[in-house]
Amino acid sequence: RDFNERCAQCSEVNWGLTDGGRFYCRSCHNVTERTTEVVNTDFVCNSRIHTICKGLKNQEKTDGSCEWYVCEGFQLILKKQAEALEALGVCPQMKDEVLCNFWRRYLQKTKQAYWNTSAGENVKALPVCDSSTDVDSEPERPSPLQLLSLSESEGNLQTDSSFASSISKVSESTSVCSGSVDGSLYLMKNRKEKLRMTMPMTLSFCYMALLWLREPMTLSDLLRFVVEGHIPYLNVFQDFPEKMKLYGLDLKIFRVESWPVYEEVHNKMLELAAFLDLPRFPDITDSCFLHPDMLCMKYLMEANLPDELHNWTCRVVKKIRIGEVDFLTLVPGNKSTQNVKYDVLAAAVIVVVLKLLFLLDDHYEWLLSDFAEGRNKNNKEGGPYFDFEKWYKVIKCSLDMKQKKLDEERAKYLWRCEKVLFYSDKMKSKVLKRRQTVVNLQNQFGKLSGSVLPAEKPNPSSFQLSWSEENTDGSCFHGHSLKGVLQEKRGLLTAKNPDYWLCTVKLCNEKTCGHRAHYREVDFPQSYHFVIRLFSFLLRIQPSYIHDEVCVIEHKLFNKKLCKKPKYNTGLGK
Amino acid sequence: SSHEYKLNFKKSKEMCLSYIQDAMLQKQWKKAAEFLTFYMESLEKDFAREYLSPSEMIWRIGTEILCHHSHSSMKEFNSFTEQMKSLGVKRYLKVCLEHTFHLLCNGLLDEAYQNLSLSESWRSGDQTVIQDKEMKLIKAYRGLMDYYKWSKQKNILLEHGQDGFEDLSVEQEMHGCFRKAAVNLKEIIKIPGVWDLFVKCYVDLLEFYGDHNEARQVLNEYAYNSKFPTNPNAHVYLYQFLKRHGESKKSLVSALKILHDVVPSHELMIDFNIMLQKSKKRKRRRLGLEVIFAVLDYAGWKENVKAWSCLARQLKQIVISEKHLDWIKQEWNSRKDWWPAFHFSRYSAKRNWQENECLSYEKALVAGILLGKDCKYFKYVSHQGCKAQVKRFRILKKFVNKHNPVYLRISG
Repeated sequence: RDFNERCAQCSEVNWGLTDGGRFYCRSCHNVTERTTEVVNTDFVCNSRIHTICKGLKNQEKTDGSCEWYVCEGFQLILKKQAEALEALGVCPQMKDEVLCNFWRRYLQKTKQAYWNTSAGENVKALPVCDSSTDVDSEPERPSPLQLLSLSESEGNLQTDSSFASSISKVSESTSVCSGSVDGSLYLMKNRKEKLRMTMPMTLSFCYMALLWLREPMTLSDLLRFVVEGHIPYLNVFQDFPEKMKLYGLDLKIFRVESWPVYEEVHNKMLELAAFLDLPRFPDITDSCFLHPDMLCMKYLMEANLPDELHNWTCRVVKKIRIGEVDFLTLVPGNKSTQNVKYDVLAAAVIVVVLKLLFLLDDHYEWLLSDFAEGRNKNNKEGGPYFDFEKWYKVIKCSLDMKQKKLDEERAKYLWRCEKVLFYSDKMKSKVLKRRQTVVNLQNQFGKLSGSVLPAEKPNPSSFQLSWSEENTDGSCFHGHSLKGVLQEKRGLLTAKNPDYWLCTVKLCNEKTCGHRAHYREVDFPQSYHFVIRLFSFLLRIQPSYIHDEVCVIEHKLFNKKLCKKPKYNTGLGK
Repeated sequence: SSHEYKLNFKKSKEMCLSYIQDAMLQKQWKKAAEFLTFYMESLEKDFAREYLSPSEMIWRIGTEILCHHSHSSMKEFNSFTEQMKSLGVKRYLKVCLEHTFHLLCNGLLDEAYQNLSLSESWRSGDQTVIQDKEMKLIKAYRGLMDYYKWSKQKNILLEHGQDGFEDLSVEQEMHGCFRKAAVNLKEIIKIPGVWDLFVKCYVDLLEFYGDHNEARQVLNEYAYNSKFPTNPNAHVYLYQFLKRHGESKKSLVSALKILHDVVPSHELMIDFNIMLQKSKKRKRRRLGLEVIFAVLDYAGWKENVKAWSCLARQLKQIVISEKHLDWIKQEWNSRKDWWPAFHFSRYSAKRNWQENECLSYEKALVAGILLGKDCKYFKYVSHQGCKAQVKRFRILKKFVNKHNPVYLRISG
């Protein structure tokens, strides 16, 4: 479409695209050798980029469906996600440039598109046109039947035997097994390849793009938005055009039945970055949102902790050098670079700072609280001292409430949508009938629920907890002073607390045991658990991830002491 | 809670289920209904391998909610149950049965009957064979309902008969119901089990049409076939039948003997004792004593005047005749350690005297014989009785005093 040369034969500028992806002159039908590399992010039935067997036509079939490829489906999904992110405030470059290019590169790398027509390596194309003997040449290829039975017993509306018989009838053409042309092939061929595109991987793409652009959205933010429904993920296939029919094995590819997992998305992102041979990402400097200093500020605010703590987080960051550009910036493929989780890192830093100042051994922090409380009662000048106990009560109350609400939302989570998917035409009527039954029952019991309004989707917000200093009940601690826990020594402000306890004396080897440390509730003080629980909630990740990071930071912080002697005592040069 | 931040379909539905369960336990029906709506989509992903499938859960939970929720109606219940029937072939007949029960409990007999008839005609491949048990039950209950119809019509006829009217159509209908009922009732009671109501109704039918032999056979089977679980009622029914038909003492006794073995505290034991006491046969009188002692071993009979009077009468008779004192000794042997505290404490003497003079009289007689004139109970009651100048107590006192040596022989 952007091709503006004049035709060699007739000097017109009137180009169209052949099935083979070449430009041809509409006036004189002269076909060029130029292939287009433009990927139109809109799904257009008639423009095919990659070369396929001549047997396949791109016309619409008689039933109104057309042929589509799995990667086209993912492309659509990524587009939708990018649009949603844009609506959330992410810059438009994300969609139009960054994500697009990443995707194109991915397609190239996985050889799903952008073939040179001469290359002719695309014999792995679909058995629709090849005879089934081609299929046999691949070793260990599970049959579509096996694939289907390997999934959970979905749609057990038909007995297995009758279902099997309906599939076995289509031994030659696999297109009946899926709405997409290459659905079954997709699942079979790429089983051994690690970077087969999956739904969670769409989020890896998004995060990668966000990171590239250094957008102020952490991975935990992104995943939370997904769960809250602000970013298309669950049932995004609803937005596919009518003619893109989804059924059979497509369900295994596009239907989501679990929330995306932080670790998984993050790890895939790293793999992807390496796979795509991306260069060093743009630098994360101390003016970036993702920099620990910035994120700590944000989390301190959200956790209703005094602003003064920020000095301390910055000190820790500086001391262990995790604020340095080279540490924070992603260099794909470099295994020695820390696999940095910005949000977890910032949260862990705050936890360590709290341990430094308050010890959190279920004893000392309450002593400090008593002291602060006493002082606050008698002396109103100069603003209140930060009282850990008071903070604990306020936060616990909010946290418990939010947690309870979240638990209820999890129990009420709806996975299915109006658009019904099914494995085969035979199942169609049964699945539809089932759906109708479900809707009827929902209506019937919905009426008996009393006047319960349907849960409103929360407005997307970066902050889950907010505290205002205008509240007269004193429930906002941002402005409180840390004077009660600090003392001056040799001109420097240091913590009154002389002790520190390490979460673990020795870090585990991640490769052998999967974690750097082990988090068990019985082993640690309740205050520590509480703080971990708070950030675990804010980030929506398992407490053990934060705990792991805390252990790593502690070991960096007290590195010298640890190497010298087994005793642990005060760390920072106070 | 584990505060997990992962979630998948299965886990979220499990959580949903636990919320439903909590709500139901706290009788918060609106909340239960609310969470049930979110649980519904698990039907679209039916884990057939699990022990309790979602559709069964929904059926049971939904039924419970609809039974208790203030805004639910019979109409709602019916429409819900119909949907449940279409959900699970394997459960079809079970749902039909429970639906019927529900209709019956709500007094909707015609609907219940219709439901049963429909269910009876259901066929579905090999499921029909698998759900054979439920089908039998359905037929049995329809038989029961046919009996009920028959019974109504019989009453109508009897009324009309009294008024001098004759009603052929009703009569024909009645016979029709009888035939239908008889067939199904007969079938179900063949299967080892507890079919009390069915047996009673069937026997009623047979008796009405004069087929006493069949009725007796049915009752005998029900009572004596070892394949059937032990059922005291079976013996009661048999006894009642035999009595109605003036059967021999021997058969009555053997019927009640088993009942005594199985349920010594049964209320028929009083009748049994009375029957046995009168008998000329020594063995039977012996048995009678055993029976009445056994009855009074149970707390429920402690204050039953009739029981005590039976025992008192028999003891008195034995004492006077001075024959078979050893019977008393035998029975008393295993009871002498605990009956005094159980029945004859000073406290119960006071209470019995205050509340029920007749009771105290009978008990005093028994106590006097078994424990002698110096026992607390007898002393207190007889003293009170004499003080109140009630004639029989004076007679009682004399009697016990006279026969005190008997006590010595019993207790020795």
